[in-house]
Amino acid sequence: MSTLTELQVGGSLKDIQLAPVTRIDLIKYAGASGDFNPIHTIDEEAKKAGLPGIIAHGMWTMGNLSKLFTEYYEEGFIQDFSIRFKGMVFLNDVITLKATLHEKKENKLYFNVQAINQSGNEVLKGKVVYQFY
Amino acid sequence: MFKEQIGKRSNRVKNTVERGAVKKFAEAIGDPHPIYVDEETGRRSRYRNNIAPPTFPRIFDYGVIEGLNLPNKGLIHGEQTFRYVRPLLVGEDIYCFSVVKNYFEKKGNFGEMGFLVLESFGEDSSGNNLFSSTSTIVISEAVRKGRTK
Repeated sequence: MSTLTELQVGGSLKDIQLAPVTRIDLIKYAGASGDFNPIHTIDEEAKKAGLPGIIAHGMWTMGNLSKLFTEYYEEGFIQDFSIRFKGMVFLNDVITLKATLHEKKENKLYFNVQAINQSGNEVLKGKVVYQFY
Repeated sequence: MFKEQIGKRSNRVKNTVERGAVKKFAEAIGDPHPIYVDEETGRRSRYRNNIAPPTFPRIFDYGVIEGLNLPNKGLIHGEQTFRYVRPLLVGEDIYCFSVVKNYFEKKGNFGEMGFLVLESFGEDSSGNNLFSSTSTIVISEAVRKGRTK
C-alpha cells in the first residue's frame, strides 16, 4: 500500500482512465443507487428530453472518482467531497479521473479533482479534503 | 412556489448500511475494493469492519418533505457535496432526513433557471451527526411551468 503522507503540494495521484462508458454500466448504477431516471438508460426518453442520447448519472462519475483515494483507507478518510457537474457523459466516452494536491495544512490534504473526457473537456470538477487520522 | 419551501424538513428515516447494497454499489462505481466488500480485510482494518464508499448515502431514504413537489423529469444535478465525521460502517443504522436549504432563480441560456439546494443529514441512534450532504438541483423555466411533453 502506498502512502499519502509523502505526496508534495503540486503532486498528483495516479490518474485512472475508465473503460468506455457502456449502457450496462449505467443500468448497474441505476439499480445500485435507485436512481431510475430513464434519461440514463433508455434512448427514447433521453431524446424526448432533448438529449442526443443517454447520459451517465452525474453521481456515477462522482462515485467513480472516489476510487482515487480508496487504497489510503488506513491513513485517513475523505472528509469533504464537493463536485460541480460541468458536462454530460455519453455512451463510449472515455473518462479520466484526476486529483492534484493543492494544499497541505495541519493533518489535512486539499485536492483539486476532476474528470475529463476523451476530448479533454471537463465533465466534473471539485475538491476533496482528505483528513489524516 | 419553491421559495416557500425553504426551511422545511422531512421526517427522520432509519436506514441500514446493508452489506449487499454496499457491495452492489461499490461494483457499480467500479471500485469493489476489499475494504468495502471483503469481511477479513474489514476486520483487520482500523475500522474493524467494512466501510461504505463516500457517495453511498445517495441510496438512503431521506423521508418526505411535505409540500415539496419536484417534477420527476427535466431536473439537472448541478452540484453535490458530502461532509463526513467518519466513514460509514457496514451494518450500522443511520437516521436520515433532508432540509430545503435554499432556492433562487438566475437568468441563464435557457431562460430563468431555478436552483434548489437540498441539505441532507445522517445521524447515529443517539442523534450525533455522521455526515451531511448538499445537492443543488437545477430546474429550467419550461420544467417549472410544466411546459415539457
